Amino acid sequence: METLKRQYWKILSIILLIYTVYAGFNGQVPRQPILNETIRNLYFHVTMWFTMIFLLGTSVYHSIQYLRKSDLKSDLISSTYVEVGMVFAVLGLITGSIWAKFTWGDWWTNDPKLNSVAIGLLIYLAYSLVRSSMPDEMQKARISSVYNIFAFVIFMVLIWILPRMTDSLHPGNGGNPAFSKMDLDNRMRMVFYPAIIGWTLLGFWIAQLRIRIKNIEQQNEL
Amino acid sequence: MALTEIFVLIRKEMQLEWRNKYAIHGLVLYLAATIFICYLSFKAKQQSIHPIMWNTLFWIILLFSAVNAVGKSFTQESANRNIFYYTFAKPESVIFSKIIYNTLVMLGVSLIGIFFYSWVMGNPVGNMPLYLISLILGAIGFASTLSLVAGIAAQGENSATLMAVMSFPLIIPLLLLLLKLSKSALDGISLSENWDEIAILGALDIIVIVFSGILFPYIWKH
Repeated sequence: METLKRQYWKILSIILLIYTVYAGFNGQVPRQPILNETIRNLYFHVTMWFTMIFLLGTSVYHSIQYLRKSDLKSDLISSTYVEVGMVFAVLGLITGSIWAKFTWGDWWTNDPKLNSVAIGLLIYLAYSLVRSSMPDEMQKARISSVYNIFAFVIFMVLIWILPRMTDSLHPGNGGNPAFSKMDLDNRMRMVFYPAIIGWTLLGFWIAQLRIRIKNIEQQNEL
Repeated sequence: MALTEIFVLIRKEMQLEWRNKYAIHGLVLYLAATIFICYLSFKAKQQSIHPIMWNTLFWIILLFSAVNAVGKSFTQESANRNIFYYTFAKPESVIFSKIIYNTLVMLGVSLIGIFFYSWVMGNPVGNMPLYLISLILGAIGFASTLSLVAGIAAQGENSATLMAVMSFPLIIPLLLLLLKLSKSALDGISLSENWDEIAILGALDIIVIVFSGILFPYIWKH
């Protein structure tokens, strides 16, 4: 009973994701020019970015915890959240790329949001390089925590401020049909919000499993 | 007092630079050689250069000079001497003195650069005061972002590679904003229509400086 109480959110995640897939493919969606049926990608593409931002935000929280308390566990947690966040970033890029092929006619277009995410991936690849270049555990944890916090700030500027300054092909930017108050009707909201929660919980679940595996690996080494 | 401490440290930087002049001479020579290579490969071959390319090329030259100039901030002095500074100066004073000093260096580099660049490549800028504002904001931004990154890179083993890998993605948001502002200056658009861009650039500079002040003490602590 005690374990069930702690695991209920995993069950919630599974239920929500089954609901997302079922209702996402079968539910009613508004007919939009250009978008048509691909509007369903909202549940599988946009949610990836939400999950990524939540995961990276949690990682920054643990980096701050490390800098405050110098507990190596926080560093392990923080770096794992970055890893899982990057998995979701790649998934977001792939789902976006497939969607772009059918709506914009190309796998990769010169769009500020796409470019920003590509730069974001570079920023976090540099993070893993920084980690591998430090021989000392404590030093690695301290320096990568500092870099992680700084990178997150720059990344937020990159994806929230810059795309708004130029026209984007994305729905909602530059006069394209979008999921704004007028367009995103209540039927889609009923799937979209649960989808965000479901994918986010799944992300945290994966991260927790990774953290537990890493902990066991560390104990075996000792 | 923190302020006097910062001034003492800046004066120390200047005296060091003055004593072994090769560093600053090397920087100016680097700038001149790069500009001349650009002249030979673009202007001398094709007789003309598109204004947008003129602008982009100049910012890329400045970016590479900045990475070179700021990258050595923490590596040119021996580790022992850094420990000596650690004993009497506050880390905030150290990073702020580095940022101010590097800003001065970058201002010098930008001004010498734009003079020499205009000399050989021509000067299509329509609104020169606005272009100078973008150079000043760029100097502050480059110096503050790269000072913190140089601090991080100096901790690793292969600091030159680390510096390049970390600084290029992190500097892109700043570079994109600078390109946009200087493009407006190039087209001769008046200052009053560019307050938005100037404000965002200034805000980004301030964010980076504040985070450098918060995060640097954790890098400095060995």
